[in-house]
Amino acid sequence: MKSSRRNFLKIAGVSAVGLSAKPVLDAFATADADEHAATATPEKASNKKALTGKRWALVINTHKLQTKEALEPIIEACNKLHNVPHIENERWEIKWIWGEEFKHAFPGKEDTFLPEHVKHNPFLVLCNHCENPPCVRACPTKATFQRDDGIVLMDFHRCIGCRFCMAACPYGSRSFNFRDPRQFITEQNPDFPTRSKGVVEKCNFCAERLAVGKQPACVEASGGALIFGNVDDPASEVRKVLNKNFTIRRKQGLGTGPMVFYIV
Amino acid sequence: MLELALQGSKRYYTWIAALLALIGVGFACYLYQFDFGLGITGMSRDVSWGFYIANFTFLVGVAAGGVMVVLPYYIHNYKAFGRITILGEFLAISAVTMCLLFIIVDLGQPIRALNVLLYPTPTSILFWDMIVLNGYLFLNIIVGWNVLQAERNGVPPQKWLKPLIYLSIPWAVGIHTVTAYLYCGLPGRGFWLTAILAPRFLASAFAAGPSFLILLCLLIRNITKFDPGREQIQSLAKIVTYAIILNVFFLLCEVFVAFYSNIPEHTDHLTYLFAGLHGKSALVPWMWTSMVLMAVAILLLIVPVTRQNETVLAVACVCVFLGTWIDKGMGMISGGFVPSPLHHVNEYMPTFPEILITIGVYGVGFLVLTALFKIATTVKEEVAA
Repeated sequence: MKSSRRNFLKIAGVSAVGLSAKPVLDAFATADADEHAATATPEKASNKKALTGKRWALVINTHKLQTKEALEPIIEACNKLHNVPHIENERWEIKWIWGEEFKHAFPGKEDTFLPEHVKHNPFLVLCNHCENPPCVRACPTKATFQRDDGIVLMDFHRCIGCRFCMAACPYGSRSFNFRDPRQFITEQNPDFPTRSKGVVEKCNFCAERLAVGKQPACVEASGGALIFGNVDDPASEVRKVLNKNFTIRRKQGLGTGPMVFYIV
Repeated sequence: MLELALQGSKRYYTWIAALLALIGVGFACYLYQFDFGLGITGMSRDVSWGFYIANFTFLVGVAAGGVMVVLPYYIHNYKAFGRITILGEFLAISAVTMCLLFIIVDLGQPIRALNVLLYPTPTSILFWDMIVLNGYLFLNIIVGWNVLQAERNGVPPQKWLKPLIYLSIPWAVGIHTVTAYLYCGLPGRGFWLTAILAPRFLASAFAAGPSFLILLCLLIRNITKFDPGREQIQSLAKIVTYAIILNVFFLLCEVFVAFYSNIPEHTDHLTYLFAGLHGKSALVPWMWTSMVLMAVAILLLIVPVTRQNETVLAVACVCVFLGTWIDKGMGMISGGFVPSPLHHVNEYMPTFPEILITIGVYGVGFLVLTALFKIATTVKEEVAA
């Protein structure tokens, strides 16, 4: 009797270890399988009006956005649409798109002899939807991932709240729900999910709007100061703007390939 | 053998009860955190990892430090350590247990923790950390338990244990290397972005782990009939001496590179830690305390007369343990987040409930440690008798 219980426990223990290891082994097994799968994916039911692009980019013309007041409607449009809570306590703030002084938006590029307006005007900052996103590398569950069109998205239901992505992001673009955010949303937009406490969130380049043929909300609210489009297309408006203007990007030296450009 | 942990003196049970009380308080605070969210901690948008992850990092070191008794015995055939390898392995088990608990209490959505297994992501260092930590836990349980059982039965340990023992040695180095890689591979975090981070972690680990083991050995000698041995303690002391000197040397290498190159991204964090930045200086007294503790420890450990005096040695070991804990537990994690990537200086201090949860986790670790050491020392007493 004793020895059979012992054997049972042994077998149960080994099975438990084996079962938990299976998905891990699968991950390595599917690494090659994915390549084959890519050619054979069934066609997704997509909206005919959906905007498609190979590499989305945003150009911010800071000449047209000189004051805090000029940024407000842009930030508000995003916050309202995405149910971004307004939390007074700075430690728990959730920010998708917001204003920062030049020295904070571009640390290392600040200079005593910059023109006064550059020094003191607010610059819009948001997720850069990097070409090589360090957050995607860091995430242990693929809750944050990069789509084929370059947009870096979050699966709020998969995120375990480890905040590795926040440590990995060199732009401070990610926020963590230190509290239940729902109590801080004054007017809920029923068309976009609210988040629960304990997950990370950030700008999604309005993937939900692109899917129905609309430009991102910030672009729409910017009165032409923000230009969004496919940089891989030489005929696109963003490419034309980039050809005509000298632009800078945030912390380009880190090799992340930020997709937000600033005309300064 | 497990039954040995259930029979003890009144003092033993009082200690267990005290630990259970601490665990209870910690658990109550954890329920509060589970309900309210991580907002009960001092963490913020800018400092998104705090006390939990810092203590996790430190304890990975303590766990890895256990290898410093295993390696000399099995690789160099240093017989004296045969007497205490079990203590190193059992210390590792309790330290890794605490590490895993610290990860769990740090998660925003702990009930989703198994997503790490359901959606395994080899590009994430956290995924590898999960593998190496759990692997190290199992290795130490299997090896420690079976070797002790064999000793109790008066037979040589099973042959199949040997490969596992040899595997556990590089594995110990692995757990702390992977833990360092969590930090040092992140672009835009100048403080951690240094190739010497893993070696530095290992140096502080090999100082903190063995110094704690020395303290435990001295305690065991006082409260049980098992004497870990003077020679063993002195050999451990030499290991601590080398390791703590290396740790300080590595830190000075960091200081030189940062300040001679004078690249702000690298100097800012050190300036914040040791002098304060933009008027924010909460960690400055802590960091200097850590430096003083480590300097005193080095002095006491280098001089043979003081090292060989076990009372002074105990003081030195407390200095090493506290010094490395402040350095790693308070400075290393916060230091990397302040200033933020956008160069804002928002400081971090753990809150009261956060500290109680931390103490609760330590309570669990000490409970495991107490039970395992009780078993080990009782077996040693039995064998000697």
